[in-house]
Amino acid sequence: MTTTSPTKTSAPDLLQAPSYTASGKTPGRLRLGAGQQLRGGPFTYAALIVVGLGSIFPLYWTLVAASHDQQRVLDSPPPLVPGGRLGSNLQAAWEQANLGKAIVNSVIVAGSITVATLFFCTLAGYAFAKMRFRGRNVLMTAVIATLTIPPQLSVVPLFMMMSDIGWGGKLESVIFPTLVGAFGVFFMRQYLVEALPYELIEAAKVDGASNFRIVWSVVLPVARPAMMVLGMLTFVQAWNDFFWPFLALNQQNPTIQVALGQLSASYTPDQSIVMAGALISTLPLLLVFVIFGKQIVGGIMAGAVKG
Amino acid sequence: MATTTPARGAYTPPSGGSGAASNGRGTWRSRLWRFDDKASPYAYIAPFFLIFGAFGLYPLLYTGWIALHRVEMTGLDQSEWVGFDNFSRILQDAEFWTAVFNTFVIGVISTVPQLLVALGLAHLLNYKLRASTFWRTVILTPYATSVATAALVFALVFRADGGILNWVLHFFGVGDVDWGEGTWTSKIAISVIVIWRWTGYNALIYLAAMQAVPTDLYEAAAIDGASRWQQFRKVTIPSLRPTILFTIVISTIGSMQLFGEPLLLQGGTLGSIGGSEHQYETLSIYLFNYGWKLGHLGPAAAVAWAMLVLLLLIALINWIVGRFVRKNAA
Repeated sequence: MTTTSPTKTSAPDLLQAPSYTASGKTPGRLRLGAGQQLRGGPFTYAALIVVGLGSIFPLYWTLVAASHDQQRVLDSPPPLVPGGRLGSNLQAAWEQANLGKAIVNSVIVAGSITVATLFFCTLAGYAFAKMRFRGRNVLMTAVIATLTIPPQLSVVPLFMMMSDIGWGGKLESVIFPTLVGAFGVFFMRQYLVEALPYELIEAAKVDGASNFRIVWSVVLPVARPAMMVLGMLTFVQAWNDFFWPFLALNQQNPTIQVALGQLSASYTPDQSIVMAGALISTLPLLLVFVIFGKQIVGGIMAGAVKG
Repeated sequence: MATTTPARGAYTPPSGGSGAASNGRGTWRSRLWRFDDKASPYAYIAPFFLIFGAFGLYPLLYTGWIALHRVEMTGLDQSEWVGFDNFSRILQDAEFWTAVFNTFVIGVISTVPQLLVALGLAHLLNYKLRASTFWRTVILTPYATSVATAALVFALVFRADGGILNWVLHFFGVGDVDWGEGTWTSKIAISVIVIWRWTGYNALIYLAAMQAVPTDLYEAAAIDGASRWQQFRKVTIPSLRPTILFTIVISTIGSMQLFGEPLLLQGGTLGSIGGSEHQYETLSIYLFNYGWKLGHLGPAAAVAWAMLVLLLLIALINWIVGRFVRKNAA
């Protein structure tokens, strides 16, 4: 919709978008469509505010519920502003659900999965993006196809295998199956296809660098922004993973999500303490979101574009 | 870059010694280079295939073997051939069919509204907005919330007495609804959790695709006198078709896996059976109940196979519908 567009001369009456503020018309009245970056009107903002409140409210209410006693939480009308028992509820959740150990476990699990995913996915993404080898397209298709296999299909034997090799109930059983993921490979490939010019690789080759040296000194620095995003996405996913950790780990050695599930399934769960546990498990990620929200949003959109 | 290593493209054998022996064609060093070039890509993609082979593909095939055996949680190293007994056992179980039905229904009522809302939301976000990044981040926050947290908060929201939703509804004259116990209300409750967590994520995927639609298409449509709604229908939606298909596939697979939401909706022992009347028991819950609560891994593996068959069926339906739509469009 630039002013130099050749179509403009042929239909000036339709394409006077730039002057819509002057003509007093709202953008919605123009006959131009979605991809044209028209300004949002009051309706747009109203709708976004409603959706935004819907997105935030359950999290806000987690905080509210975690700061009252159970009696008050289950009252009608429910409390809508935080009360004064947050500290004691957090402490109770911490003790009842063994949250200290659970958090350490979650940090170990999510941390190691993230580091390994970044390393392996960057390597594989680079190979698929910039190296020529036999079977490249078939193998890339195979990688993407694995995205469609739900974990449910293999948890029974996985559980038996883990117990066989002595990893039953141990963190290894949660870490190893997710060390490298198809999404990460695909994501890094998409990024490197455009971000890494062949000239850089050629130059490094002329300088006599081995392939791994090229990865280390050329690919990794170029890939860093994408690795940041993939790292955050992977960490969020690993931290929030529930199904397999719940089956694989036991009460003595849980991740934070598993501990939370067990806390709520205990005989007489105190809802305000359960909510305090939920708050503890969510807070670190919300912080990451507040700080890096822009990059995460950009990453999800970048990963999706050429899907 | 190390300056002492010989330049690769212009490599000449150093005088004497090793160079003379190879006659230029393949010194030890250049052979190493060539091996490096040939083997490196495979070495780089190997970790993915090794991990997937060991913890994805192998267990997937192994599931078939277990489904034909009696394997108990109490003695994982013992197994006994039982043929198709496990399959007939679950196929004759009414609870299994309830779970199939529930999974399907919850899948539909969570996926369809979710993707429609995401599409509309993406359309709104595609306008030029003040603080556009802020809005995008806000709608994505549920994505940062775990299944466990989301399910537990919504469990309180949907409580029969003292739940926020019923409190709000009483202003509209709606009587107290027992969300968790009802056949449909419990399914709706679970769908709401799913919709809450994933709508923003899908909206961002649509938004990315919308921004990739070339502006000329809209200009051409506008010249032809297309209204905004017509432009949305005739330009935006067709351009987004691959992305929409992608999100349908991903959401369908996701809804096949629903586990945390039904497990934690009412907490306690109701979780492992999906409600007092199994009214929100999904296939994953059924699998968990057979394998981990009752300890019979054979039937649990048979359930996994049933899920695979269902997935293939859905894929087939998707494919047929896709063909039909394309034919009609042409």
